[in-house]
Amino acid sequence: MKEHVYETVYLREKDFQEGRVLFETWDPNARYAWDAGIAIGRFLQELKAGRLVGTRCANCGRVMVPPRMFCEHCFVPIDEFVPLEDTGTVITFSLCYVTWDMVRIEEPQIPAVIGIDGASPGMGIMHLLGEVDPKAVKIGMRVAAVWKPPEEREGAITDILYFKPL
Amino acid sequence: MGRNRVAIVGAGMTKFVRRAQETAKELAWKAASKALESCELTLDDIDAVVVDTAPDAFDGIHMNAEYLSDGAGGWGKPVIRGYVGGGTGVFAAIQGWYHVASGLFDTVLVVCEEKMSSCQPHPQGAFLTIFDHTTERPLKPNLLWIFALEMNAYMSRYGLSKKDIALVAVKNKRNAADHPAALLGDPDITVEDILNTEVLAWPVQRGDVSPISDGAVALVMCAEHVARRVTDKPVWVEGVGWSLDTAYWTNRDLSYPTYVEEAARMAYKMAGITEPRKQIHIAEPYDPFDYKELHHLEGLLLFDKGKAPEATALGITQRDGDLPVCPSGGLLGVGNPIAAAGLMKVAEIFWQLRGEAGARQVPGQPKRGVAQAWGDLMQVGTVIVLGI
Ligand SMILES: [Zn+2]
Repeated sequence: MKEHVYETVYLREKDFQEGRVLFETWDPNARYAWDAGIAIGRFLQELKAGRLVGTRCANCGRVMVPPRMFCEHCFVPIDEFVPLEDTGTVITFSLCYVTWDMVRIEEPQIPAVIGIDGASPGMGIMHLLGEVDPKAVKIGMRVAAVWKPPEEREGAITDILYFKPL
Repeated sequence: MGRNRVAIVGAGMTKFVRRAQETAKELAWKAASKALESCELTLDDIDAVVVDTAPDAFDGIHMNAEYLSDGAGGWGKPVIRGYVGGGTGVFAAIQGWYHVASGLFDTVLVVCEEKMSSCQPHPQGAFLTIFDHTTERPLKPNLLWIFALEMNAYMSRYGLSKKDIALVAVKNKRNAADHPAALLGDPDITVEDILNTEVLAWPVQRGDVSPISDGAVALVMCAEHVARRVTDKPVWVEGVGWSLDTAYWTNRDLSYPTYVEEAARMAYKMAGITEPRKQIHIAEPYDPFDYKELHHLEGLLLFDKGKAPEATALGITQRDGDLPVCPSGGLLGVGNPIAAAGLMKVAEIFWQLRGEAGARQVPGQPKRGVAQAWGDLMQVGTVIVLGI
């Protein structure tokens, strides 16, 4: 099938450094302000108060986090917010040694999916782990939220600094 | 069901490279012209065009498929763009299929193009916007997290080692050494080479990941009466399927791709496949990461859950094994220009079933193959079954 492949011109880094190719650049000026919405709006408000909340579907009974104002399975509205614990279990985690643009970092960041106590099984949120030796992190590890001091909270997911081992 | 039979009669592609001098339009034209030439048709024979490309943000061009449509042969024709993220390449062939199966068009040109290199300093800058703007992005995530979290969930569920998974990267990069369009083919690469690459986001290492690439792929799809006139070796679309899981990815079981199973069941049902392990002879599952090939083989019901690594270690998925998997070299070896990479998999099954895959030809004259891709917010499975 070689005859069905069209050659392309492979540009190397030195082609750019030595000015052998022409190109145009552009920096987008696009800024966004997203509304939190009804369910996540309440979630953020509760975070500011130092609490985690989920929603319960009256039809299937699932307690969901992040909360939503409708159940995507039953496709009915949800109006019941339920308090959750600020503790949970590590469902999965990673030890990340690079920034998004591939610059190396020495101390790894430890992102994890954390199943929140009080929510239905498997209902996790993404957050970071802290105050833990990276080598000691395990799936199934019990963790608790470490909150910002009340006066510094702003109604954001970052009002929880990270989760640490229980 | 009143659907018309649909054949693939031609395929062409560009060489995949890290950074191509050609623009998106030029890459699309190169692939489209090769596909037309391969079945001795011209643009006059084409009734409609499918032009697919993945995120507009990579190129920084709003309505990018429409922008490059001139290169894809879209001028003055009914044109549609589909976009399901990484799942796009296989979905494009599904779109081509329903254009013809519906009876609306006889002959359709399907073109997928991707130029990931335009986005500076790294296409992750555009990719990052898949994270939820309120509950996730303030944590300053890295796109690799989502894959690392999934890979770890998969490894831990079945007690797999990094070596079990690295075997996929080795196989595919070796296979790609025989692909004339490949970016990262290497006939001599070893498991140690993969295991010794730098750790990015454990368990993901550099060697587990497919490369950022530019490239384009095109197919010609047509109704039976046209196919019989154009070629004596039509490859038939026997089944298609696609399915979307929830966007609440932290609520999913990350160790198993349910969306792939649902898409596969839909495609197998249409194809009359009741025993996929016996009835499918060759597979091109989506492999942007090595663990994903294993994950997807299980979702495609070709191996039991957690058993694809063992099959890989036993050589079953080698080009001369019982079920050749990614004989093309996959995304890990040929390259990963997103939408184009998915369509490359469909093209590979086409070439393999026609016995035209050259040095990559699998033995035993395969009669039926499956190609699959994965994408959207890591939640879509797209599947196509081809046969002769
Ligand atoms: Zn419900």
